[in-house]
Amino acid sequence: MFRTALRNVLAHKARLLMTVLAVMLGVAFVSGTLVFTNTLSDALQNQSAKGFDHVDVAVTPRWKEAEGDRVGELRELTPDLVEDSARVPGAAQAIGTVQGFTALAGKDGELIGDGFRSQGGNYWGDEDPRYPLTAGRAPKGEGEILIDSETAKRTGYEVGDTVRMSVDGPVLRPVVTGIFTTDDGNVAAGGSLTLFDTATAQELFGKAGTFDEIAVKAKAGVSDAALEAQLKKALPADVVETTTGTRLAEEQAEAIASSMSGMKQGLLVFAGIALFVGTFIIANTFTMLVAQRTKELALMRAVGASRRQVTRSVLIEAFVVGAVAAVAGLLAGIGIGAGLRSLMGTLDAPVPDGPLVVSPGTIGAAFAVGILVTMLAAWLPGRRAAKIPPVAAMSSVHAKATTKSLVLRNTLGALLSGAGVAVVLAATTMNGTDGQAPMGFGAVLLIIGVFVLTPLLSRPLIAAAAPVLRVFGVSGKLARQNSVRNPRRTAATASALMIGLTLITGMTVMAGSLQKSIDKMAASAIEADYVVSMANGNALSPDVEKKLKRAGGVTATSPMRNADARIDGQTEFLTGVDGATIEQLTEFPVEDGAFEVGGARVAVDADTATSYGWKAGSVFTVAYGDGARQKLTVAGVYQPNEMMRGIMIDTATLAPHEPDPADMMVMVKTSGGASDAAKDTLEKALGTNPAIQVQDKKDLSNEIAQMFTLMLNMVYGLLAMAVIVAVLGVINTLAMSVFERSQEIGMLRAIGLDRSGIKRMVRLESLVISLFGGVLGIGLGVFFGWAAGELLGTTMATYELVLPWGRMALFLALAAVVGVLAALWPARRAARLNMLQAIKSE
Amino acid sequence: MTTAPSPGLRPAGPPADRTTAVAARATDLSKIYGQGETQVVALDRVSVDFRQAEFTAIMGPSGSGKSTLMHCVAGLDTFSSGSVRIGDTELGALKDKQLTRLRRDKIGFIFQAFNLLPTLSALENITLPMDIAGRRPDKQWLDTVIRMVGLADRLGHRPSQLSGGQQQRVAVARALASRPDIVFGDEPTGNLDSRSGAEVLGFLRNSVRELGQTVVMVTHDPVAAAYADRVVFLADGRIVDEVHAPTADSVLDRMKRFDAKGRTS
Repeated sequence: MFRTALRNVLAHKARLLMTVLAVMLGVAFVSGTLVFTNTLSDALQNQSAKGFDHVDVAVTPRWKEAEGDRVGELRELTPDLVEDSARVPGAAQAIGTVQGFTALAGKDGELIGDGFRSQGGNYWGDEDPRYPLTAGRAPKGEGEILIDSETAKRTGYEVGDTVRMSVDGPVLRPVVTGIFTTDDGNVAAGGSLTLFDTATAQELFGKAGTFDEIAVKAKAGVSDAALEAQLKKALPADVVETTTGTRLAEEQAEAIASSMSGMKQGLLVFAGIALFVGTFIIANTFTMLVAQRTKELALMRAVGASRRQVTRSVLIEAFVVGAVAAVAGLLAGIGIGAGLRSLMGTLDAPVPDGPLVVSPGTIGAAFAVGILVTMLAAWLPGRRAAKIPPVAAMSSVHAKATTKSLVLRNTLGALLSGAGVAVVLAATTMNGTDGQAPMGFGAVLLIIGVFVLTPLLSRPLIAAAAPVLRVFGVSGKLARQNSVRNPRRTAATASALMIGLTLITGMTVMAGSLQKSIDKMAASAIEADYVVSMANGNALSPDVEKKLKRAGGVTATSPMRNADARIDGQTEFLTGVDGATIEQLTEFPVEDGAFEVGGARVAVDADTATSYGWKAGSVFTVAYGDGARQKLTVAGVYQPNEMMRGIMIDTATLAPHEPDPADMMVMVKTSGGASDAAKDTLEKALGTNPAIQVQDKKDLSNEIAQMFTLMLNMVYGLLAMAVIVAVLGVINTLAMSVFERSQEIGMLRAIGLDRSGIKRMVRLESLVISLFGGVLGIGLGVFFGWAAGELLGTTMATYELVLPWGRMALFLALAAVVGVLAALWPARRAARLNMLQAIKSE
Repeated sequence: MTTAPSPGLRPAGPPADRTTAVAARATDLSKIYGQGETQVVALDRVSVDFRQAEFTAIMGPSGSGKSTLMHCVAGLDTFSSGSVRIGDTELGALKDKQLTRLRRDKIGFIFQAFNLLPTLSALENITLPMDIAGRRPDKQWLDTVIRMVGLADRLGHRPSQLSGGQQQRVAVARALASRPDIVFGDEPTGNLDSRSGAEVLGFLRNSVRELGQTVVMVTHDPVAAAYADRVVFLADGRIVDEVHAPTADSVLDRMKRFDAKGRTS
């Protein structure tokens, strides 16, 4: 039996190849995902463990909770505490560390890293064990820095070079006195690390005389736990917290694992889709193989093979196919994993080095998926094969497709779809976060429902295409009828495309709508020509606004300054703006009163006003960060947007209570409006600072757009996989149809349909099936995009549904291309069919 | 069989005194499969005429080349040498596309296995050749044909809703509907019970008698052959005999004779 099965596998090479390819793609996707995520998380984990080499116990300041009128704050780690830590008997050394954002410009003046990875810190004493020097010496005083060897390599800076850098605003021009090596994760990931001497670092990061953390190293033979216990005893418990280095490494590892798991799940979802779609292809292929071998299988039954043996022979075939595909898929998956890593490396997101990890779990999953899915998919056709009566060997008639009733299927599909639509619609009435889970659930229900309903939907939808097909004469008519002939098969084939296109369209609709609403928001709320902010979103020095005010052509500026305050025992953010200019720079719809900021009069956003029950004219008491209290009057209530909200108060009113103001951004209006020259002037006024970005409205929305584009491109890339599998599916279905209808095709040729007519018929059938899947997918995608938008709209006032007609047309065209491509080979085969044999093969 | 021709065998080419025009003519037609050792001669210099408004049956034992002869004359198969003419058209010179067009416009087919499209109604199946050509069917002629085969009340049915006999009647109507120059039948009654078979053969004979159709039919059934005006006997790729105005008995008689000859020679 095994030999027969094996012979059969080899007898149909083309079909075998197609099946293997389908299974292989699914397996490759699954194993590629696993290889990539395992490799990445292993490398990150090794690195994080390395990063804590110099910390046996970390001492960090305790957070003092807000209470009454007092805002919450971090306690301070003073130099005394560092000395106390070093004096603990088990301690070999204690290092006080400070760190913060430090923008370093390359030789071209551009910021190195992406803002969030541009870090600075302190070099402890004359020889800091954390950062071994490879060249030069330790920095001394303000004008000297160290840079990491990776950055040195990337920028070409050497010891003795003067570089441009900035921490919170002003541009500094220190000299590089040394280069050090580090296993810091940020540096490995493409960022930069700049080190100053401790006093300079404290000064620059606005933490004069204090530290962020004390890293304590244990003496040989002293355990981390013993050291921690000693530190706990020696240091004031209300000021500090202690954590062992091991624990820190563990926490980081956990964080890495959980951040990886989101990505892993996302990738596995796509793998699941690829496999799901692949399953149909496999099932179709085996159905076809069985149909083709009806006579042979019947003969086996006639000469005494039992039903079970027949089923088993089909399953053995499936096993062989699955095993071959699993091996090939695993190899391809390892390639995909490696490829993804280097791809991410080139996309400005360098990933840490480490060996490619192919865990036993990955190998197991590849084989389980490949072999099990194939055998499961072949099981039904195998059972059908066993039911072939031995007498079929004599009657020489092909196994006709059974036309079982679709009533049960349609009922089930209608129920699922109905429930899905209802749940999704219900979810759109909920607000943002509450609606997410029900919407996801409803979406899954609806997709499954539509999937079950596809055979029913195929008739009316394909009938709608009849007028177009009529143009193609008899070929078009036959194509239409052939495509609804086996609704189940048509449905399974179209579903492959449907699922892929649903996801693509849904994502595109959402991204487009979000983009539009962000553009609108930027355009409607901001009257300013430019918004100046730090590259990493940190606070700007107030110095920046002063410089901007003095720049040529500037007519108005206002900072956006955040300040903590307490109102009615709750922490609230006050937004400090320049009351004199804010009206020229922003444009908020006012709900009540007037938008007026100055003295004790403030403007309040609608949400905050509602939560406190304020109206124009309401008076409330605020407690500032320094503890002082003041009565403020609500001058007006405005509609907030994503970029600006909160209680707007004049900076002059706020200034006495905020000794250390921090501007989140500065809005600038220029006399000539936004132009390249104006932007240039502003940048020059700020000393062409690498850390500060000057953005007009377009830049602002582009920045956000980039995020969507990146996300969309990733999704498109992954879904390309689903499309490839869909093409294989269509090829398979057509090949099967051509095979089953060879007699008809022969007859059509005999009575005068020429080869091109036959080709056209097959191509049109393929096109009809593909477009059917495309239309379903795009329709569902638009629905999901709309529903998700409704949900977003509850938290985003300017949200507006934008239907990307161009993209949708493109997707439909893509479906058509899939259809045409998939039909190439089957159409040729049909046209080349030996007419006489086909007619005689009754 | 390769001995002297039997007395009834007509010499090649049309006799000069015949006034009836020829619908199809094969001259020195040979069909050879394979080469060298494995060479098989399916048709060996066959010459035969099919005259207009005549019902011809081709008979012969399995492997005699009767189906091959029909396929070659009907433009379904290529031949090795000789010539085939349908009307004035020489088939040997035609490319596949032209052959297809010729079959579409000039030839009707009736197959053993009905070969109807299951997705089309009876009427759509009947008009299929015209649909392919993009021609409108001649309404009056169509009605005549449909009435003759007695399908007027079954036109909307799908093939699966029709009996075997009815399906073959649809196939006959399809073959006649486009007014072809010649209709070829390949064992048209092979899959039918005797009553349905008799009906179908009756229609074919009527189409010849009443409508002036030319029909050529391959069969191995003497009763079927008896419906024809003329029976041509093939054996080993050659025409060995011919009977005019046959009866089932006379055909059977001839067949027995070949059998006996075959054994003794």
